[in-house]
Amino acid sequence: MTRALIVDWTACEGRGLCAGLLPEVLTQDKWGYPQNLTPGPILVPDELRGPARQAVRMCPRLALRLESE
Amino acid sequence: MSTDALWYLARGSGVVSLILFTVVVALGIGTRSGRPFAGMNRLVVASVHRSAALLALVFLVIHVVTLLFDPYAQLNLVDVLLPFGSGYRPFWVGLGTLALDLALAVTITSLLRDRIGLRAWKAVHWLAYAMWPIALVHGIGSGTDRSTLWLLAIDAVCVVSVIAVAVSSHPALKATSAPAAPKTLAWRE
Repeated sequence: MTRALIVDWTACEGRGLCAGLLPEVLTQDKWGYPQNLTPGPILVPDELRGPARQAVRMCPRLALRLESE
Repeated sequence: MSTDALWYLARGSGVVSLILFTVVVALGIGTRSGRPFAGMNRLVVASVHRSAALLALVFLVIHVVTLLFDPYAQLNLVDVLLPFGSGYRPFWVGLGTLALDLALAVTITSLLRDRIGLRAWKAVHWLAYAMWPIALVHGIGSGTDRSTLWLLAIDAVCVVSVIAVAVSSHPALKATSAPAAPKTLAWRE
């Protein structure tokens, strides 16, 4: 099941850990904020659920959560 | 003979714990800025910070548990968590107890960070800056190896490392760093 990665943009400071953990899905914009590689919501396929959970856990601003689609 | 082995283990684990906590503090300071630190990206720094902290805690637990069985230190279970009551050098050993309490508080709140929220986590995490020097002073003032040259040398290296990292990663020294991220995200969606 694909899950959406939700970014709390008011909390995010563009530290970039999530983009480092999920290079298949995310890149960083020029200020460091996570940017989806494809338009639309950030969708995390099953095989990336581990790194996605790690990104949620390690986010320095606690700005991420995983939601089921 | 077996108490001798415990005594060596207690001393060694205490020193290793201090060195590991020094690494943890240095990485913690280095990663505060949000920039890469010592050639490692943030992800690596954060992971090593976390792993080294948990490893340091393991050595700290070994240090304390072995001293519980040491006939000379005469620690009891109360002294492990309540400082300044031990029979042997109550002040210096008490500093160690205090450092253990602080280390536990910092670790537990970090493990529960997503439950207690960022604000509470950060407030407690600042205690690490008290915990580390207290642990260092505890090592200087108590134990068989206090004021030996090799232990003082290790202490000096620890202090110099942390100060060096604190100075080199200070925002004032990084005039050429990336501009602060603007808070507006209007262009994004």
